[in-house]
Amino acid sequence: MNETVVKRPVAPGVRLGGVSFVWRPRLVLVTLLLAAAAFLVFCLSIAVGDFPLGLSQVIATLFGRGERVDQFVIMDLRMPRALAGLVVGFALGVSGAITQSIARNPLASPDILGITGGASAVSVFLVTVSGGATTAIVSSVGLPAAALAGGLGTGLLVYFLAWRQGVDGFRLILIGISVSAVTEAVTTWLLATADIRDVARAQAWLVGSLDNRSWGEVRPALWGTLALMAVVACVAFQFKPLHFGDDVAAGLGVRYALVRAVLLLCAVLLAGVAVSAAGPVPFVAMVAPQVAMRLTKSPTPPMVAAGTVGALLLIGADLVARTALPITLPVGVVTAAFGGPFLVYLLVRANRR
Amino acid sequence: MVAQDITGIQYGADGVPRLAARGVTVGYGDRTVIDALDVAIPPGVVTTIIGPNGCGKSTLLRTLSRLLKPARGSVVLDGEDIVRLRTRDVAKKLGLLPQSPVAPEGLTVADLVARGRHPHQGWLRQWSSDDASVVERALAMTGVADLADRPVDSLSGGQRQRVWISMTLAQGTDLLLLDEPTTYLDLAHAIDVLDLVDDLHESGRTVVMVLHDLNLAARYSDNLVVMQAGSVLAQGHPRDVVTAELLDEAFGLRARVIDDPVGDRPLIVPIGRTHVVPGQGSRTGTPST
Repeated sequence: MNETVVKRPVAPGVRLGGVSFVWRPRLVLVTLLLAAAAFLVFCLSIAVGDFPLGLSQVIATLFGRGERVDQFVIMDLRMPRALAGLVVGFALGVSGAITQSIARNPLASPDILGITGGASAVSVFLVTVSGGATTAIVSSVGLPAAALAGGLGTGLLVYFLAWRQGVDGFRLILIGISVSAVTEAVTTWLLATADIRDVARAQAWLVGSLDNRSWGEVRPALWGTLALMAVVACVAFQFKPLHFGDDVAAGLGVRYALVRAVLLLCAVLLAGVAVSAAGPVPFVAMVAPQVAMRLTKSPTPPMVAAGTVGALLLIGADLVARTALPITLPVGVVTAAFGGPFLVYLLVRANRR
Repeated sequence: MVAQDITGIQYGADGVPRLAARGVTVGYGDRTVIDALDVAIPPGVVTTIIGPNGCGKSTLLRTLSRLLKPARGSVVLDGEDIVRLRTRDVAKKLGLLPQSPVAPEGLTVADLVARGRHPHQGWLRQWSSDDASVVERALAMTGVADLADRPVDSLSGGQRQRVWISMTLAQGTDLLLLDEPTTYLDLAHAIDVLDLVDDLHESGRTVVMVLHDLNLAARYSDNLVVMQAGSVLAQGHPRDVVTAELLDEAFGLRARVIDDPVGDRPLIVPIGRTHVVPGQGSRTGTPST
């Protein structure tokens, strides 16, 4: 008998009973490695500070076996900042993966689609225009909630303006850029006319920062992201055929308009949650999905991997901003400075191959 | 036994077409493209919709496949109004290949064809062994199994079209709707794709397609639906339908219809203003023997 093992032309599967999934070793492995790296940087980020801790102390405390003093420093003082970095980065990464998939264009990140711009304009308005009404709004709902509402408002505005018998990716981007330009003009005008002390406060928020986060800001962001991820996970399978366009998706039995609307709403909300927790951190939502695509060799932005890259990128950038540089910078400066060249590097490398 | 109705369409033994449009009116916005159109798709044969540009060919195909909802009238699939069926149930009965679809850059042939299983899958059942074997068969049947690992964008136009047809096959429906499957293909690749379509029909499937090339349509179809300005001008076997008078009426084309020297179907020889040998330009002229 001369039996040769014939490689099947189709992807292998993981099957148990009626449950089955495609087995993509590279995607799973890369995502796990990224998650491990993000966890390591998360621990490092907690360990480094005015009162240095060892990595082992941090990990022991995270798993509930730490000493009381460490517990206080870690859980109450440093954890909110580090966790905010993970959550905001993850939310931005997933949000970018969704918007880029829907528009089938890597330019379509929440920054371009007006979500960030709307959140910024509303926040700057509330910070700079001090008066009875706005001060009351800030004190009652808080700046994060107002920013979320601003992001959601502009995001939906862009979606409805772009809607013409369905949503075309290119039109979505063009209208997103136009609406962003308007919100930026509003922000600039507000900054130009405002009191200098308010401008400084607004400026610090506008660049994107994880400084002085408390559990009060992190907790809603964490639960919001988890809840939205549950919705994304439910819809993600029905979204797969949409990568081939509306007609193919419809032919494959997908109610594409509904699926797309739900996912786009999730993306807008995820970006809104991120912006409300850390300000408009630039570039993470655009770069993370593209980096994840290239690392996993996936033809479309992989959502979980994109979120993990986002988390790693943001918390890593925050660590660098706090420690490696001579002056402490807001995280947004570092994400832009590192994210941009890294994307260029990936593109150049891909072109030369 | 095969029944035959007055329009010359042969139906299956039970005489019931699987797919039919009944008095459909379809339009975009205020513009009506198709007006009160009736058409029945006979089972087990290749039906091709032809007609001049803008006559509503693709609109009719899109309506038959439920991509467009008629303003009036209905499309009936296996005895039920198609708009009342669940999108997913339609996808299990009817496979559709839209005009020039695009795949994400870098997607492999196997992954594209595997997506055809979507209507049969669910959140927890994303890749059963049934799915895998159907996809393998679809790849083999369309002759693209050797290309399974290749990115779709690295293939030639003809290979790419085979891959898309393979995806539609993986859907496992015996009713296939193809919107201009030969667009952008050179003649050799167009013939290759149409031979494949013929194989599918030989294996018992019902195919409905839109084609631009009249001679290819005549060669590869058993049933032609000739459209003009949103209605059906004629329907039937190419031998009965394709005449010089019809071509003039539908397309405003002067042509001579002769016997295809290599097939059993009519062959259309167009007569333009130039490059016509004197004395041969009249379409009623007797063909040389």
